Amino acid sequence: MEQTVEYAPATGVLSGIWLLVAIPLASAAILLLLGKRADRWGHWLGVVAVASSFVIGLVSFSALAGLEDGARSAELSLWDFIVVGGLNVDFGLLLDPLSGVFVLLITGVGSLIHLYAVGYMAHDPGRRKFFAYFNLFVAAMLLLVLGNNYVMLYFGWEGVGLASYLLISFWYTKPSAATAGKKAFLMNRVGDAGLAIGIFLMFTELGSTQYADVFNGVSSLAAGTILVMGLLLLLGACGKSGQFPLQAWLPDAMEGPTPVSALIHAATMVTAGVYLVARSNPIFSANTTLQLVVVSVGALTLLIGCVIGSAKDDIKRILAWSTVSQIGYMFLGVGLGGAAYALAIVHLLAHGFFKANMFLGAGSVMHGMRDQVDIRRFGALSKHMRITWITFATGWLAIIGIPPLSGFFSKEPIIAAAFEREVTWEAWTFGLAALIGAGLTAFYMTRLFVLTFHGPARWTDDIEHPHESPAIMTIPLILLAAGSIGAGWLMSTSVPDWLNPVFGETAEEAAHGVLSHTVITILSLLVTVLGAGLAWALFRNGTATEPQPAGALVTAARKNLYTDAFNEAVFEKPGIYLTRALVFLDNRGIDGVVNGLAAAVGGGSGRLRRLQTGFVRSYATSMLTGAVLVVGAFLAIQLGWLA
Amino acid sequence: MGEVQLPPIDYGALSPMLILFAAACLGILTEVVVPRRLRNGVQLGLAMIAVVAALVMVVIERNTRTITIGGAVAVDGPTLFLQGAILVLGAVSLMLIGERSIEKGGAFVAQAAVTVGSQQDQQQAAGRPGATEVYPLSVFALGGMLLFVAANDLLTMFVALEVFSLPLYLLCALARRRRLLSQEAALKYFLLGSYASAFFLFGVAFVYGFAGGIQLDVVHEAVADPQRPQILLYAGLALVAIGLLFKAALAPFHVWTPDVYQGAPTPITAFMAACTKVAAFGALLRILYVAFDGVRWDFQPVLGVIAVLTMFVGAVLAVTQTDLKRLLAYSSIANAGYLMVGVLALNEEGLSGTMFYLVAYGFSVLAAFAIISLVRDADGEATHLSRWAGIGRKSPLLAGVFTFILLTFAGIPMTSGFTSKFAVFGAAVEGGQTWLVIFGVISSMLLAFPYLRVVVLMWLSEPGESTPAVSIPGFLTSAVLGLGVLVTVALGVVPSPLIDLTREASQFVR
Repeated sequence: MEQTVEYAPATGVLSGIWLLVAIPLASAAILLLLGKRADRWGHWLGVVAVASSFVIGLVSFSALAGLEDGARSAELSLWDFIVVGGLNVDFGLLLDPLSGVFVLLITGVGSLIHLYAVGYMAHDPGRRKFFAYFNLFVAAMLLLVLGNNYVMLYFGWEGVGLASYLLISFWYTKPSAATAGKKAFLMNRVGDAGLAIGIFLMFTELGSTQYADVFNGVSSLAAGTILVMGLLLLLGACGKSGQFPLQAWLPDAMEGPTPVSALIHAATMVTAGVYLVARSNPIFSANTTLQLVVVSVGALTLLIGCVIGSAKDDIKRILAWSTVSQIGYMFLGVGLGGAAYALAIVHLLAHGFFKANMFLGAGSVMHGMRDQVDIRRFGALSKHMRITWITFATGWLAIIGIPPLSGFFSKEPIIAAAFEREVTWEAWTFGLAALIGAGLTAFYMTRLFVLTFHGPARWTDDIEHPHESPAIMTIPLILLAAGSIGAGWLMSTSVPDWLNPVFGETAEEAAHGVLSHTVITILSLLVTVLGAGLAWALFRNGTATEPQPAGALVTAARKNLYTDAFNEAVFEKPGIYLTRALVFLDNRGIDGVVNGLAAAVGGGSGRLRRLQTGFVRSYATSMLTGAVLVVGAFLAIQLGWLA
Repeated sequence: MGEVQLPPIDYGALSPMLILFAAACLGILTEVVVPRRLRNGVQLGLAMIAVVAALVMVVIERNTRTITIGGAVAVDGPTLFLQGAILVLGAVSLMLIGERSIEKGGAFVAQAAVTVGSQQDQQQAAGRPGATEVYPLSVFALGGMLLFVAANDLLTMFVALEVFSLPLYLLCALARRRRLLSQEAALKYFLLGSYASAFFLFGVAFVYGFAGGIQLDVVHEAVADPQRPQILLYAGLALVAIGLLFKAALAPFHVWTPDVYQGAPTPITAFMAACTKVAAFGALLRILYVAFDGVRWDFQPVLGVIAVLTMFVGAVLAVTQTDLKRLLAYSSIANAGYLMVGVLALNEEGLSGTMFYLVAYGFSVLAAFAIISLVRDADGEATHLSRWAGIGRKSPLLAGVFTFILLTFAGIPMTSGFTSKFAVFGAAVEGGQTWLVIFGVISSMLLAFPYLRVVVLMWLSEPGESTPAVSIPGFLTSAVLGLGVLVTVALGVVPSPLIDLTREASQFVR
């Protein structure tokens, strides 16, 4: 597929896309710099900043839609960012169909979650700071998707990492929150290092990091180079998106305030990895081994997420593991390539709605239940929190893929695409993994839903009467619920068409899959209903409020399939010992040498000082000695004794 | 008697020196004619006007490349650049010398016999103006330095050496405080200086015996002739070099430096550290590059060893100093070593790098001594290190400026100390003298310790009872400080204009 990538320069309204990033950034700066003076109105400034970004996003998006089919992109070079030798990095932005939908997702869902946070954080003394970090996150995330080269992307990538770290450990006085922040930061570092090296490799091999140059140059690279470059990018993507083997930080990140979990760790930031792979589609499509790796990562992660999610009791952790699992579906999609790129993006957008909806719903439940997060301690909430119950139900039905809600339109095509792999064993493996995942998803999400809202009340003693959340929190819930219902149906054909210029024209081929499309649809609906029915039957009457003895699989799942233990044994322990050894070496070896040298210099200095007697006669003697030596040396050279 | 043929004289090229010598003579007349209370102002004005006029002439003559008055004086790129540098640094030094507001009566004693606390001294402190001979003496010294860097034969060079050395010996003795230390310093400097001059003169005799002439081009041609007595050449070269190494304060001919720097009045120490260094290295450059470049492979290793020795003696001894003026003296010795690295590159980059270094270092060192003149108590300047403890708490601005200057000396990037070291080290690597650069870098590392020790002392120690007050700098000292810091920053951030200037000026005429 020889096609050149070209981006048209931004004109008219589109030359204002820098405002998208600048407004939330300025708002964050104002909130942080003004300090306490902004405490009273700071949160509203934060909301307005993101909302105005959303408006600009809408205007830019429609301007983009108004452009001709072939030239639907706008590139804006603001200034030369890094110019060193052969390296020339633009500070440039690119709005094209792909970044366009991300801008709408980030600012749209972002606005709703900002609004919700006004209510959720109402009693928190750090609210202004929270909104400053929140705005900072939005600015960085927009920079990530709007950059026109990999360095800009990396800039935003690190920016969202920072904001995520700050927000996970927002309640840093709580040790678990501080630890979770650190864990997220460190695990992301692993991925970020991969991404950085990938970008270095791009520069050495192609001499540029601009998207256009890189994508046009890929075809000239050796297969091995593409594989390594892609794997490094994938490592970065896995870190940020919580994919195997770097998934462990994401569930712990739920220590942050719930709006953070909704915005950063469900709807937007964690999908950055999907964006990276989708954006780099010319690299990933150029190597089938690479695609196989991506697909495997996606399939493995989606199963891991489902299995662990089924065994957890913490409402936010279950949602977190379901996020891991759903992003696994997206990776599966982008790994399959071709038409599935667009399917992954559709699922990503739909997921942004229904997952944000459920997280905010969970936050609403916690708000009414004194920050209880254990689903064994809920039950019967449907009568007390009607809006939350209904909105949550739309999210639940969407994620498990009941038609006509959004998940059905977005997830089912990915399962079908997996069955269409050309190699038969691959088609069966990945197709079945996706299918089993769908069943498990239905099981654990139904378990969550039933235990929370139905069955007998198993509340702790201090709760008398749970109350519904205020309007400022329920209005975003209702809007997101509407999105969860309609988004999939609206986007299932329009978005793939819209994204065509990015992923290349993919003629709708007749399915050559191992199973026909209709069979797959029926099968996936069947496993969904089976999983959901099983969970409903098991948990209809509540559950024990204490942990029960369980078989090997459930125990393993409760312990995150021992991945934490694995990390601890393989990376943490040796790391700690290495650090200790280095500290020892530093104290005894290096410091010893340094201090010894210093002492030697000091001692030498003290001795030499005594030669400086202050007597002219000794000075004259030393000059004479020096003179004799110098003249002697010259004569020695002349006579050939030296040199 | 035969007809005496007058050699052609290019008065324009000589005018900077002529102006200064004339102004110095006028200055002596002024001492006789002008009433005492006006003298200070008149003398300072006269000296400044002369220096500025000379500088203007240097600029006007900037494209002159000639050898004049019978081959005695060469006016070429390096001459003009170094003369300009000496004049600019000299003007700044004159501001320090002219400062009268920090201490009533100034830093200079009226008469040699006046001792501290005597009746005359109290009169001076009460407002009777002090001696003003410092100005003509300084201008004579400056004139001598201009001639020194322009001298194209060895005898002219010797005369110039004496012309600028003798006033310096006197100036060293003029400190109003610590009279004995000052007089001792002057006497030591005089004795050892005469001793070094004798070496120089002895060397000139050998060279004359070898080459049959004392003009540098004659020597250059003689060096190329293998038939001549080589022992005379090497003995002569060694002895001439020793005379110059003494002035430039390279080990083991540096021994006078700490005592003299400590004893001399601080403005004079600053003057010596900035201007004498330029003059000494200017002459050294000319001798080595013009006259003796034919035997460069022979003198390079010997002078290289001297450079390394100098860097390490300066750096190691600076570590245990407890007096700031002595510490700066050792630092200036180590810097002489770095300058020597640039000289020994023996290429155009070496020449231009050395000249750049001289200017950059001159400005920083003037600012450093200006600060030292500000920290004082009833007995004059408080130069003992312990007195500076915690001074950052009392006068953060002054301590900040001093910290900056010390970081410059340590060669931190974005200061002129870094760019100038980079210039000479880079030239030396290009000239195949990497071993000198390795030792240079190691010794700079050592030398950073004493500088940082002062920084730590100023900022992190508690101010003691004895921490002296910091005087409000007068206009002149403020100007010196401001200029010093400004130039240090400018040459650290945008060094290219001055580097270009030194490159254009890096061709000797022969």
